[in-house]
Amino acid sequence: MTTDTNGENPEAASVPPPGAGAPPVAKTAAKAAKKAPRGHQRLLTRRDRLTLGVMAGLPTILHIALVWLTALASIALAFTTWDGIGFDSIKWVGLDNFKELFSTNPQFWPAVEHNIVWFVVLILIPTPLGLFLAVQLDKKIRFSRVYQTAFFLPVVMSLAVIGFVWQLVYNPDTGLINSVIGANKPGHYIDWIGDPDLNLWAVLVAASWRHAGYMMILYLAGLKGVDPSLREASSLDGANEWQTFKNVIFPTLRPTNTIVLVVTIIEALRAFDLVWVFNGGAQGTELLSILVTDNIVGESSRIGYGSAIAVVLLLISLVVIIPYLVSTFRKERRS
Amino acid sequence: MSAPTLPVKARTPIRPARVLLHVFLAGTALAWLAPLLWALYAALRPYGETSTKGYVSWPDKLSLDNFTNAFTQSDMSHYFGNTLIIAIPAVLLTLFLSSMVAFYVSRFDFRLNLFLLLVFTAGNLLPQQVIITPLYRLYLLIDLPGITMSGKLYDSALGLVLIHVAFQSGFCAFVLSNYMRMLPHELTEAALVDGASVWRMYWQIVLPLCRPAMAALGTLLSIWIYNDFFWAIVLISTGENMPITSALNNLSGQYFTDPNLVAAGALLTAIPTLIVYFALQRQFVSGLTLGANKG
Repeated sequence: MTTDTNGENPEAASVPPPGAGAPPVAKTAAKAAKKAPRGHQRLLTRRDRLTLGVMAGLPTILHIALVWLTALASIALAFTTWDGIGFDSIKWVGLDNFKELFSTNPQFWPAVEHNIVWFVVLILIPTPLGLFLAVQLDKKIRFSRVYQTAFFLPVVMSLAVIGFVWQLVYNPDTGLINSVIGANKPGHYIDWIGDPDLNLWAVLVAASWRHAGYMMILYLAGLKGVDPSLREASSLDGANEWQTFKNVIFPTLRPTNTIVLVVTIIEALRAFDLVWVFNGGAQGTELLSILVTDNIVGESSRIGYGSAIAVVLLLISLVVIIPYLVSTFRKERRS
Repeated sequence: MSAPTLPVKARTPIRPARVLLHVFLAGTALAWLAPLLWALYAALRPYGETSTKGYVSWPDKLSLDNFTNAFTQSDMSHYFGNTLIIAIPAVLLTLFLSSMVAFYVSRFDFRLNLFLLLVFTAGNLLPQQVIITPLYRLYLLIDLPGITMSGKLYDSALGLVLIHVAFQSGFCAFVLSNYMRMLPHELTEAALVDGASVWRMYWQIVLPLCRPAMAALGTLLSIWIYNDFFWAIVLISTGENMPITSALNNLSGQYFTDPNLVAAGALLTAIPTLIVYFALQRQFVSGLTLGANKG
């Protein structure tokens, strides 16, 4: 997922080619060198071209077939109804699925809202915390490695396992919190997982617990790239720690901030495992990803309807993915 | 005869700010570990004792019984085996296929390169749920009699391997192509002039140089694929065929009356990733940040 799963990369893309910024003569030389491969391509034999075709073609076919064609199929199916039994039962219904989704499905708008809350919480709480921890651990203090490991441990674990671990904390009669505050007697339960006013926040604590460590590592890597002379210059100018951070360090972390933002949005849209393990996305924790899955795994297979929800998820993701990729690849083309 | 004055000033005076920082960090770190330690504590205690004395109490007896019970009663070794059957081919295939794409994109100047890379990278950023409905139907449609246990792509290890490879190769192709681009062009040009085939350039020159990036990505992929829950939940229907993370979901349904046993099962499931992380910490972290920062 996980999650995971991403941390893509504008920076490596913006590494300037050796020779950029050198005097003009060197620049033209670099240009000539860059042109060279095209010339050398004539050296490729027919067999080489065939090899290259297979090398790039095979993975591309697999990727496009399983990821992009299915994404397109989702869009097509969103305008149909289909019970999944035989192709004859596919019927074009136009925008009906979306109309039903937006107007009558009681779970849809809460799900959208929860996905937004998920993002807002992650970006406002664990992300700054991760940045703060990274800044502290970057000071070359003792036991830095130990602290780092403690904060990072949750990121290594499966979100499903995290779900089970946190259930032990939230369980109404045997859980840690209720046992400590004495709310584990029948009649006095605080039902962290069952109460629709509480459960989203309970899951978000677990999600934040994991997210902070992830953000800390990304920021630690970003901080390593900060030129030490900047820091020196700033302390010579008499800036205190906060001023140095605000005026010198933070602005140089801009590329990292972009990645952090993209990663956090995508994590919020992908959020699934934790909630699925917690309470299956019952009242209070609905998410778009859960609604899609319910239409497949559940007993009533409503493929067109499930696809319509997937399309909403796709559109929201593209709003993030496209600008991000455009800026990343623009840099790439330049270098 | 003056000795070098280096080590004398090593002992810096204890500054209150530093002490405060350590107190803060140690406290936060402990709070961070608390849920895991709590799970461990629950797992070490027999259910009978906690049900009479409550969970927040001093232990009369600590034992590993819950761990051995969870492991044997629920046949966890079988599910770990399922995970290995999925994860090992998936990691190796992803690295192999994505390095080939990266090689093509970064070492040659074809017109389609940037577009191809864009397709791969964008695919990896999509939420999995966007593609699951048609994928699920597709997997049910593809008959593979005799090749998979279920006779279909659905409910088979092969199906999971394929989707992991297809999905994760987006990320790996992007990272590896950036890495390969930094290798000097002269290396492959010289080989080309000497008449080496394209395959030889890839296999004997470029790939060995990418070892650090491959190690980092391999570590990251192993953990991601091991931790996968979503694909397994949707694309595997038979409990027997499930990898460990989704099998745990079933087991906890079975044992939900005994939270101590569930705790032990969850911790056992986490152990392999923790081992990989501690053994290959450097690779793991550099893999995460390989995507995020320069080299």
